[in-house]
Amino acid sequence: MTLLSIQDLRVAFRMGKVDGVVQRAEAVKGVSFDIAENRTVALVGESGSGKSVTAMSVLNLLPDNAERSGKILWQGQDLLHMPLSDLQRLRGKEIACVFQDPMQSLNPVFTVGAQLVEPLVKHMGMTKRAALERAEQCLVEVGMPEPRRRLAAHPHELSGGQQQRVMIAMALACEPKLLIADEPTTALDVTIQRQILELIAEVQRKHRMSVLFISHDLGLVGEIADEVLVMRHGILREQGPVAEIFAAPKDAYTKALLACRPSLEGNPARLMVIDDHIAGRAAQAAPKPKDPDAPVVLEVKGLCKSFWIKEGLFRRREFKAVQNVNFQLRRGHTLGVVGESGSGKTTMGLTLLRLHEAATGPLSGEAIFGGKNLLTLSDSERQPMRRRIQVVFQNPYASLNPRFTIGQTLVEPMAIHSIGADTAERESRARALLDKVGLEAKSFGKYPHEFSGGQRQRIAIARALTLSPEVLVLDEAVSALDVSVQAQVLNLLKDLQDELGLAYVFISHDLAVVRFISDEVLVMKDGIVVEQADAQQILAAPREAYTQRLLAAIPRGYRAAA
Amino acid sequence: MSAVLPAAAAPAAERSEGVWHAAWRRFRADRVGSASLLVVLAFLLLIAASALGLVASHWQDEVGVPSAPPTFLGPAPPEAAGVIEGPKGPNVDISDIDPLAPRYQEWAERAAKLKTTQAAKRETLPFGGDRFGRDVLSKAIKGTQISVFVGVLAALVATAIGTLLGALSGFIGGKVGDALEWLYNVFESIPGILLIFAFAAVLGRGIGTVVIILGLTGWTGLYRQVRAEFIKHASREYVRAADAIGASSASRMFRHILPNVSHVVLVRMALLVVGFIKAEVILSYLGLGVPVDQVSWGTMLNEAQAELILGQWWQLAAATVFMAVFVTAFSLMADAARDALDPKLRGLE
Repeated sequence: MTLLSIQDLRVAFRMGKVDGVVQRAEAVKGVSFDIAENRTVALVGESGSGKSVTAMSVLNLLPDNAERSGKILWQGQDLLHMPLSDLQRLRGKEIACVFQDPMQSLNPVFTVGAQLVEPLVKHMGMTKRAALERAEQCLVEVGMPEPRRRLAAHPHELSGGQQQRVMIAMALACEPKLLIADEPTTALDVTIQRQILELIAEVQRKHRMSVLFISHDLGLVGEIADEVLVMRHGILREQGPVAEIFAAPKDAYTKALLACRPSLEGNPARLMVIDDHIAGRAAQAAPKPKDPDAPVVLEVKGLCKSFWIKEGLFRRREFKAVQNVNFQLRRGHTLGVVGESGSGKTTMGLTLLRLHEAATGPLSGEAIFGGKNLLTLSDSERQPMRRRIQVVFQNPYASLNPRFTIGQTLVEPMAIHSIGADTAERESRARALLDKVGLEAKSFGKYPHEFSGGQRQRIAIARALTLSPEVLVLDEAVSALDVSVQAQVLNLLKDLQDELGLAYVFISHDLAVVRFISDEVLVMKDGIVVEQADAQQILAAPREAYTQRLLAAIPRGYRAAA
Repeated sequence: MSAVLPAAAAPAAERSEGVWHAAWRRFRADRVGSASLLVVLAFLLLIAASALGLVASHWQDEVGVPSAPPTFLGPAPPEAAGVIEGPKGPNVDISDIDPLAPRYQEWAERAAKLKTTQAAKRETLPFGGDRFGRDVLSKAIKGTQISVFVGVLAALVATAIGTLLGALSGFIGGKVGDALEWLYNVFESIPGILLIFAFAAVLGRGIGTVVIILGLTGWTGLYRQVRAEFIKHASREYVRAADAIGASSASRMFRHILPNVSHVVLVRMALLVVGFIKAEVILSYLGLGVPVDQVSWGTMLNEAQAELILGQWWQLAAATVFMAVFVTAFSLMADAARDALDPKLRGLE
């Protein structure tokens, strides 16, 4: 039986008036699909595809300036024109939601117990005592250790994975018929993601409820969905059973999404990008081998970095963020650094650039770069070294100064290091670099807010290249980007490496991406390097249990056998 | 890398709409903000004219009778009743028997030499006169010049101090930050009015003193806000990226971070202007403000308290109307500016 039926749903946002005419931005342009009982339906798309807007319009959890039209039928009732009071009776009881960031979805001032009890008292009419017992059962069900004690805990006392378990427990408390999960694992580490996915699959089976699972990751939904809907620019591009979508995708966009994600099997020289696919271009040949005897540009020995943590009024404790890291980086090669959050991988990268203040904690070891130890250079000696080792950060929205034009951003480092004779020469260099990273020359006078995430990351790369560095530290440089954009940026990085002989330290939580770009891989856990080997070898035959666990946790898409 | 240099001449870089332009566009779309901006501009024109001596340069002239009442209709006709009629017929010539008669001529000549001409004082003035008969309108215009000058200059001083110290404290932190926090706490822990009195007692009277007093005591709120913003921005990735390319601390503080927190500074400064105008009024009212030979809204209000007992309301009204209109317009303008500049409210682009 059909639980939820969405027919020709359109959602537009009013964007203020220009010359008396109301401006609208259409987010969803006529979407129709059904969710049957006891099914998991995945809604997949990149950012801006309208997938979340579609899901949130079911319970009208959209901002006030949204205008909806079409039909949303919940067991025959029209939700679109239902009064708010009736809708509130449905929310949480029949249709429950789990959101992306558990740390923001839980109220920090209430205990977990209080937040779990609220919907039970409200919707099920339970007494407080009965509700507390039910809440404990729910926590047991979502696999929370020591559930009774957790009821009295506040959200900040739980880890990210545990918080998401609480969110799921909250959603399940009233035994809803439909669970809307909006990117429930995107903010979590891969191993935790795997646990949460298994949990959702398990409760779905047990309660025979339906799940609308929203994700940007096609590989992820392939594992749990029965049906897949692919959205782009507010339109449903393709829908069908999961096996069909993965085995024989019909739409070019779906094909491209499947292909542009780096996989754990096989290693293409370049990733397919969406335009390639739509144009029907084929993938290129295998990568050309790298020179194994290229000169070593950076050698790190016994690198340790600690932070002081204040305890009480005067005492402080040393927290060892990075312990005893050793590696050699050759010209034109890439060192991948993989680990989950808190593993010290970013600290390691920033320490190489000395972007941590000395006062934050002790630093030891050696990082030999051009015959000098980077870690002990004085400020004046460090300035010329900065030219040669540069960094690209994770978040392209935060790493560019919003008040600088792209031109100013690119010219500034050259002016600081006196590269180029005058401003005109620097500007022409900057334009050449923009061209190199694939941006138009007219970007020069624009401001960062006019660019998309992928374009901003290209600008950040161009800025790092202005100083002609030998080593580039890429700190989660593609993690915040959509898969198709990620593929473009990864291709760009490979091209630049081939052309300029750059050496990369590529920091990422994503093993598949690291495998695509790296020659050697360091796996870090709690500040310690647990495994260090050739990229192919580490994926083919991981020796350490932790690496094996990381690999096993990566979503691999739909498998007929699975 | 030098191989990537093309010889092609760079086309003239056209800058697209920056954050300031976008803010200006949003500001113009705000009707209340635009109207208040016009009012503020009108005041500024008036002040400029007054400073150049085009208007109200003779504000000290006693053009009317003391406490001339305000009216546009001119003086009421003199009352006719109770006037004794003068004698009729020609005067009798008694110069023959008058012993002083020969000297009248001489006295008349001497009197003519000493004679001063005094213009007839007007019985009423359109906006009334003060107790010396000075035109209240001219006083209010001159007072606007001084009050707004004091308010703006003091706000600039306070903003400069607050921004500089806040930036140092927020960006450098550590011992410098601690020291500045102590200074801030000292200034904050003394009640504001007492601090102002203390400064006023030491420095004496004068416009410069008022500016210094208000500037030295008014920076604390701005300091705290700027410090918080700098702490937040110092760990942002764009600042780290600037560090990675080798930008100096000063460049990161003032070239990178300051433009990004300028909306906080600007809006706070606008609020300070309003606050300082009111503070100057209070100071002058208490006799610690501008000297007696000058006029400000505060001195006008101070004089008005004695006049009110006599039912002479017009000086109070003039100062209050000027002040209310300017302060309200300036506050609304600052409000609109905050809305236009705050990046968090931006979402329509």
